[in-house]
Amino acid sequence: MTPHDKATLSALFWTFTRVGLFGFGGGPSMIPLVQQEVVKRHAWLSDEQFADILAIANTLPGPIATKMPGYIGYRVAGASGCVLAVVAVILPMIVAMIALLTVFSRYRDVGWIQGMGQAVVPVVMVMMAQLTLDFWHKSRLALGWIASLAMALAAGVLIYAAGLHPGLIIGALLLAALLRPARRHKGATP
Amino acid sequence: MIYWKLFLAFFVPNIVGYGGGPAIIPLIEAEVVGRYGWMNAREFAETLALGNALPSPIATKMAGYVGYDVAGVGGALVAVLATVAPSLLLMLGALGLLQRHSDSPRVKRMSQWVRPVITVMMAWLTWSFFSEGLTSAGLLHTLLIGTGAAVALLRFRTHPAIVILAALVYGGIFLG
Repeated sequence: MTPHDKATLSALFWTFTRVGLFGFGGGPSMIPLVQQEVVKRHAWLSDEQFADILAIANTLPGPIATKMPGYIGYRVAGASGCVLAVVAVILPMIVAMIALLTVFSRYRDVGWIQGMGQAVVPVVMVMMAQLTLDFWHKSRLALGWIASLAMALAAGVLIYAAGLHPGLIIGALLLAALLRPARRHKGATP
Repeated sequence: MIYWKLFLAFFVPNIVGYGGGPAIIPLIEAEVVGRYGWMNAREFAETLALGNALPSPIATKMAGYVGYDVAGVGGALVAVLATVAPSLLLMLGALGLLQRHSDSPRVKRMSQWVRPVITVMMAWLTWSFFSEGLTSAGLLHTLLIGTGAAVALLRFRTHPAIVILAALVYGGIFLG
């Protein structure tokens, strides 16, 4: 490994460590931070390249905040860059989660600790409601509210009343979206 | 084969979950709580709360902790790999192909069609957190904390980490 490679790898590592430590609110909200570091600070990609790659990453499933660092790391420094960038984003907080929750479960029986656990449930309820509305809003904009509601209700019945695996339903929808002729699209479930 | 189960439990949500990490949460809940029963709704809510209070992607934090909880460090590794690797490899392997088709209406349609399904699963999860709140914290506290959190998050745009911290303090004092 040349000193140059080493410098690039260490720049990658610290860049994505920063992104991981300052990116609150889940993957999608971290993207501006990635752009700031990758385009503005290090000029590893141009603005257009970044936008292109982001558009492509969004056509794939899975968390966005690992696809982007992984791809950028690969592009800048090959396979080791890819692994390093992903590890830098995710590892510190995985370790923190495990440490904090292990301590928490150990003292679960202590009254006030139990109270703390109970009190966060309504908060995640509100956060999940917020996400639900956000996804509903996006869905309504793309498909219209009738189609969105019909699809949501149909999926809800299939998953929660008929007990179908959600992956099956989403898989079928993905396949239909891909195979159905692209002329005009109706929103109803296939 | 616990590792294989862990792999599947995280591979499936991440390969069908469009819309970034948050979209994957209800799919993971369906596996971890619904299918394999590794956690109950309450433990899942607590894990998610801490996950929301810390920075970095939510999907990998959940995978890392659940994997560790179920099968130690090896479990964490398997769950995180199943979360990160498939879509990243797809992206690295098929970038050229994807580049040509990322404007195609069919490809755009894929994430659009998945969204209503994710929406209904998120709504269901919201409901299950509500009923979990009722059984553990009771109606009064659930409404009080829920309203307080909603006002703080939506009206005053308070940082989620601060809202979670405030709830922890509240719970330690009033629910203990």
